Amino acid sequence: MAEIQIKNIAKNFGSYQALHDINLTIADQEFMVLLGASGCGKSTLLRIIAGLETATTGEVWIGGRRVDHLSPKDRGISMVFQNYAVFPHLTVFENIGFGLRMQKLPDDEVTRRVERTAGLMHIDQLLKRYSGELSGGQRQRVAVARALAMEPDVILMDEPLSNLDALLRLEMRAELKGVLADSKTTAIYVTHDQVEAMSLADRISVMHQGRIVQAATPIEVYRNPAAEFVAGFIGNPPMNFLPATPSGDGKWQVAGQVLDGPTSRSAPLQFAVRPEDIRPADSGLTATAKVVEPLGAHLLVTCEVEGTMFRAVLDSDLTVHVGDQLTLAPQPDRIRWFDPETTLAVA
Amino acid sequence: MTDAVADLPADTGASRKAGQFLYGASVVLLCAWVIVPLYFLLLNTLSSPEEVNSFPKSFLPHFDLGSLTFFANFQGILRALWNSVLVAAMTMVMSIVIGAPAGYALSRFEFRGKEAFRLLILLTRAFPLPLLALPLAVLFIRTGLDDTAFGLALVHTTLAIPFAVLITFSLFSGIPIELEEAAWTLGCTRFTAFTKVVLPLILPGITASAIFAFVISWNEVFAAAVLTIENRTLPAFLLQTLGEAPLHLKFAGGFILVVPALIFIFAVRKYLFAMWGIANR
Amino acid sequence: MNARILPYMLILPVTLFLCLFFLYPFVLVSQEAFSTGDGFTLDNFRDVASYWKFPISLQNTLLLAAAVVPIQVALALLMATMVNRMQKGRDMVLYIWTIPLGISDLAAGIIWLAIFEQSGFLNSMMTGLGIVDQPMNLLSYQSPLIVFVAIALAEIWRATAIMLVILVAGIGLIPKEYYEAAEVFGASPWKRFLKVTLPLLRPSLQTALILRVVLAFEVFAVVAALGGTLFPVLMGEIYAYQFDLQDGGAAAALALIVLAISIAFTLVILRALRVPKGATI
Repeated sequence: MAEIQIKNIAKNFGSYQALHDINLTIADQEFMVLLGASGCGKSTLLRIIAGLETATTGEVWIGGRRVDHLSPKDRGISMVFQNYAVFPHLTVFENIGFGLRMQKLPDDEVTRRVERTAGLMHIDQLLKRYSGELSGGQRQRVAVARALAMEPDVILMDEPLSNLDALLRLEMRAELKGVLADSKTTAIYVTHDQVEAMSLADRISVMHQGRIVQAATPIEVYRNPAAEFVAGFIGNPPMNFLPATPSGDGKWQVAGQVLDGPTSRSAPLQFAVRPEDIRPADSGLTATAKVVEPLGAHLLVTCEVEGTMFRAVLDSDLTVHVGDQLTLAPQPDRIRWFDPETTLAVA
Repeated sequence: MTDAVADLPADTGASRKAGQFLYGASVVLLCAWVIVPLYFLLLNTLSSPEEVNSFPKSFLPHFDLGSLTFFANFQGILRALWNSVLVAAMTMVMSIVIGAPAGYALSRFEFRGKEAFRLLILLTRAFPLPLLALPLAVLFIRTGLDDTAFGLALVHTTLAIPFAVLITFSLFSGIPIELEEAAWTLGCTRFTAFTKVVLPLILPGITASAIFAFVISWNEVFAAAVLTIENRTLPAFLLQTLGEAPLHLKFAGGFILVVPALIFIFAVRKYLFAMWGIANR
Repeated sequence: MNARILPYMLILPVTLFLCLFFLYPFVLVSQEAFSTGDGFTLDNFRDVASYWKFPISLQNTLLLAAAVVPIQVALALLMATMVNRMQKGRDMVLYIWTIPLGISDLAAGIIWLAIFEQSGFLNSMMTGLGIVDQPMNLLSYQSPLIVFVAIALAEIWRATAIMLVILVAGIGLIPKEYYEAAEVFGASPWKRFLKVTLPLLRPSLQTALILRVVLAFEVFAVVAALGGTLFPVLMGEIYAYQFDLQDGGAAAALALIVLAISIAFTLVILRALRVPKGATI
């Protein structure tokens, strides 16, 4: 059992506050992704869990044991680094076996575990090589194998795929997901790539300016963003926003259209809908096409609705020209509302 | 050397050829400028004492060990040679043992006073350090360190330490901190991570900077002459005898002084630029 | 160990060492310079400055620095740019050009003595070519200019390498794209050197100049080997005060004067070649 609990973690670098009062519980064997733009504090949080950084205040618990005063080696974790950190003076075999040797395991046990994890990561052919003789992807595999060979309770990964080229990243992503699911370890994975996050995570914690804005399953984060930031950050292209004014009885004025919305609010709100959830229709929002991008699978049209930019992902069979007037209807059950004061979602 | 041809930008044929010739010729000329004086010293060293003092000089070597034998038999010179090695070896060990931890601290930690410390280190470089031998001469007499190899090694260490700190700083900075962090997560303490990961990677560079410290001490004349009387190092001995010593002794001595330099530059050539590239900032 | 104390533990040895053997002797030498036994006095400075050899040795030292340093800068820049565009044989040429880096000033003096002494290679060559019938005594008080030239040549030969290394390292830090951009905009090689290399090389030039100028004021053994007493310089006078005249106070006072000149020049160079904030590579 290795549940991770993060309690009231805050971190200051001088006068700069990198993390504000973070609380998060990660279940045993869960795959948690920390997602956010660079500088949001996700790597700092991971390094605090690893023990590479000390929190200013707060507690870290792993498997029911408070660990924030322990050094990294005593926390039952292992880590995969962004630049792999494969030791250049050791062979692949000795790299994977490094942690096992530190635990003073007998030679045959080291060999057994190294060969097993090397097999898992398909690098059994490379055991005698040095890191200088490996490609980026191979180094990545060594780094993961080295972490897995420790048979840790928790595996921490700091943007492990970001230095690989696109195709290799896709391949490694799928492989990583399979290997980690089999290993039954709790995993925390830091990335700025939302596709990576969606494809790997059991749950995603979206971070922004040192805070966790939303921690939920990928589909929940996508469908029901808890705040305007999440709505704008997740999804490519991001959600569209339009100002909405109340006209009573749960009716809302959006760009000249009257739509059903929250009944409990009387102050103006933000109307939001994903570009994928818009269809051309006989009645709806009036939009002027500004840029038309045929992307093969679909057609991305960037329009203007009452002076606001508004994107629609349409069927690629449609023919749209720049300057065309379109009538676009949002799918009613996919419309979301946000409070412009708090930027939070409104039920 | 003549094959050191440049990639000149496309140009008209004749002027390009002339430019290349000029370039190649200058490279050769500058190489000769460095080597020819050394060759003359070698010639003199490998000549008999009579030849050294005769005129005119031959420009071809004779391979006579007369001068070197004379050098080896000269009263006190072997002792001076031994003192030089001893002082240089002590300087080498002390400057690395004392300097390397500071280089590590500069490369790995942000701490209050770091800038002041760096300034102290840089300040010593903009300072005619051998001058400090003057007051130390008095101090050493009081503490019994006068005229000892150790006392002189202390002063030479002062000369070598700024370099040791800056060079090891740049060496440590070249080792990604992630390697150490990875070792920590794999069961190492700060110390074992250092010995198992950083040290093996840094050892060649440390050797280079140790050799550098050795040569700094080996070459130093002024402090050596001020601080030693009986236990002269080779440069101090040669300096003292400059007035009366025969020419062949000077040249053989000069040659012995030069040999470690040649080995040194060869041994550290890989690091020469890395260390100065960083020390610039 | 606590990560907050650790860096201080690591820099402690160097700090202690430098306090004991750098700052403390500096205080001592100042004390000695400003006292003759009872209380504060400027007598030592008055004595030193009024001695007949002071103006001439000061003038010689400054003259030598003024002659040597600019030539070294130009030569080092030339060599560095030549090395930079070299494709084949670069390592070999660099090795040869940096050999003098490891050679002591005393050895350099002896090497050039082999050339300039009466039965030396220069005379051999000149008689061989029929320029003179008799070997001349080149290093005598009758030919102060030749003594000066010999010393200057030995200094240029020995100490250009250190500038070369710093400048080559500095040029290595300049991204190739800048040159390509300059070339696209139609800058000639000379203009590229003037408008791209030189300005971006300023930090390295600064380091190289400071190091060289400070060392130029420390010139001692080269002069001792080549000129003896024919060409008095400041460091030689300090040595003479300490040993021949047994006057520690005067030696200390003169040492402080050398120090003051060094620091003054360091500040001038820092100011003249300062790099505006944010204008670095």
